[in-house]
Amino acid sequence: MNQPILKIVDLRVYYHVEAGAVKAVDGVDLDLQPGVKLGLVGESGSGKSTMALALMRMIKEPGKIEGGQMILDGTDLMTLNTEQMRHVRLSQLSMIPQGAMNSLHPLLRIEDQIIDGIRDHDRTLTKAELHERAGILLESVELTRRVGRMYPHELSGGMKQRACMAIAISMHPQLIIADEPTSALDVVIQRQVMETLDRLQVELDLSIILIGHDMGLMAQFVDRLAVMYAGRLMELGDTLALFEEPLHGYTQMLIESLPVLENKGVFTGIPGITPSLLDVPPGCVFHTRCPEATQECREIVPAFRELRPGHWVACHRHGVVEA
Amino acid sequence: MTSLLELKDVTKVFGKKNAYTVALDHMSIGMPEDFPYIITIAGESGSGKTTMGMLLLGFYTPSSGEVLYRGKNIHELGRQEMFSFRQDVQAVFQDPFAVYNPFYKVDNLLSIPIKNFGLATSRRQSRELMERALNGVGLRPEETLGRYPHQLSGGQRQRIAVARALLLKPKLLITDEPVSMVDASLRATLLKALRSLNQDFGIPIIYITHDLTTAYHVSDYIVILYHGSVMEAGDVDPIIRDPKHPYTQLLVGSIPWPDPRRPWGDTNIAFPKSVAFDEAAPGCKFAPRCPLVFEPCMAERPPLFQLDDGRAASCYLYQSDETVVREDLMDLFPRKDEVEAAAD
Repeated sequence: MNQPILKIVDLRVYYHVEAGAVKAVDGVDLDLQPGVKLGLVGESGSGKSTMALALMRMIKEPGKIEGGQMILDGTDLMTLNTEQMRHVRLSQLSMIPQGAMNSLHPLLRIEDQIIDGIRDHDRTLTKAELHERAGILLESVELTRRVGRMYPHELSGGMKQRACMAIAISMHPQLIIADEPTSALDVVIQRQVMETLDRLQVELDLSIILIGHDMGLMAQFVDRLAVMYAGRLMELGDTLALFEEPLHGYTQMLIESLPVLENKGVFTGIPGITPSLLDVPPGCVFHTRCPEATQECREIVPAFRELRPGHWVACHRHGVVEA
Repeated sequence: MTSLLELKDVTKVFGKKNAYTVALDHMSIGMPEDFPYIITIAGESGSGKTTMGMLLLGFYTPSSGEVLYRGKNIHELGRQEMFSFRQDVQAVFQDPFAVYNPFYKVDNLLSIPIKNFGLATSRRQSRELMERALNGVGLRPEETLGRYPHQLSGGQRQRIAVARALLLKPKLLITDEPVSMVDASLRATLLKALRSLNQDFGIPIIYITHDLTTAYHVSDYIVILYHGSVMEAGDVDPIIRDPKHPYTQLLVGSIPWPDPRRPWGDTNIAFPKSVAFDEAAPGCKFAPRCPLVFEPCMAERPPLFQLDDGRAASCYLYQSDETVVREDLMDLFPRKDEVEAAAD
């Protein structure tokens, strides 16, 4: 097997609020191979966006990365200082934020926002070269060069999302984190934007982490899927395997609740509510909603282990736990 | 029979003379009472689906045509009639956060309508009504009442909004994207609550959404809107499983089914990326984007042609002698019990 492009070891991110520590990410282990599209799904409040921000080292007060490693292409991001991290962003790792509409500067032309990032990494380029680079980038995300001279309010939602993609790929990163990039778009535009991202992934040999809660988008786009619940990973496996043979109780119920063409009119939800991250239940975090929970589940945290090649799960139901 | 609520040839135009948008274009639909079905109004942003809901609720006045409540123009209702309109027609909107005052306990949301509409004579009766309404949407009153909005999940909040609507024993429920802010795992529960309301109490529901997967699951009939005009309408099953109008084909082909074995884009026609839309163009509104466009499409708006399986498509590809009179879309949505009775 190849060296993973990203290796996350025991990542913990807590938000320290008056009532205590909100454990948004609590001991996540994850490997990502180069050129793989990984989906990270979870309900709102499961910690998936916090994980993205942690990878970018952009967690703000009162949040704090409590521990763990995030090894990107051999370098632990936790060991970098602010200046080094600033260099990593965009050139090795970049992000397409949630709601592109709100992440572009309203008073700057699109072109200038693209150039801004490039110039931060490469001061040697001339004005004409920068202009040319921006033009090429816009074309690569299927926008016309003319868009470069426009302001964000002149663009549609899909175009703004594409502009953000142009910024994200401007320094040829190896890994892109896309946080619900199309959640505000109509299905037709969503599909077109995702198809562009798919093409870029192949052309630039990118690894992508797609964050979201839309299992439909995941089924269509990613190679591997990580299921997050209450700050921890429940399951990780190839998309098809995970859909067809989910191993964790949460994944099973999540997949049963999905509206597919064949089960019209069948509504199965997941009973109960997500636990508060301030007061996570002992043992398996899902035991409060799991119909098969046992005494063991209520007391012992299940290890996240590789049950089958490439298929990881944190659940006691599958054999004994090694101490 | 007079409809409970009717759009009669309603057009809504926003903007000025040389920069205008026709948000809804000559729409006619009459909702009868006691019609235990869910009708989806679907389309992309800008299709006019929300405008249609706002017109039905009386929040917009039509540019032409009339909105009728029990046969009377809703903008000319007397005080008493307005009161009963506000009781009979209830709405549930997209954002459950927006309808709560964060400083009030959620009880207020239920107790205020009880008070305003004089539904209870004592505190105990009021409490009973609240509990019954909450039970009706699958919430446990002891876990809900007495709490503040921030102590509840998005799904719970939205279910309280449904419970509130239910409290008034409405004759029609209009829901605009009720599940789009709710997590996938809770959507099913909420849709189930809506569906059982619809069937147990016989309340017709207008379900406005851009999400064709939930539309397919929850509704009986569907209207596909594009730039304010009906493209295809009828029974939801054939329309989602085998869309006829090229626009519906584009929409349905873009549904990301949560099923890795059903890949995206099984349509074999290529669609150009969005193009500029000219409100004044005489032909089919979808013609500029349609890969199958031919001569008649540019000349005149296609009527709704009746197809064999009970649906209609506004497309010259399906030109036939039989057209659905645009006077009332409800002709396409027969009561299923009557259809079955006629077949026997």
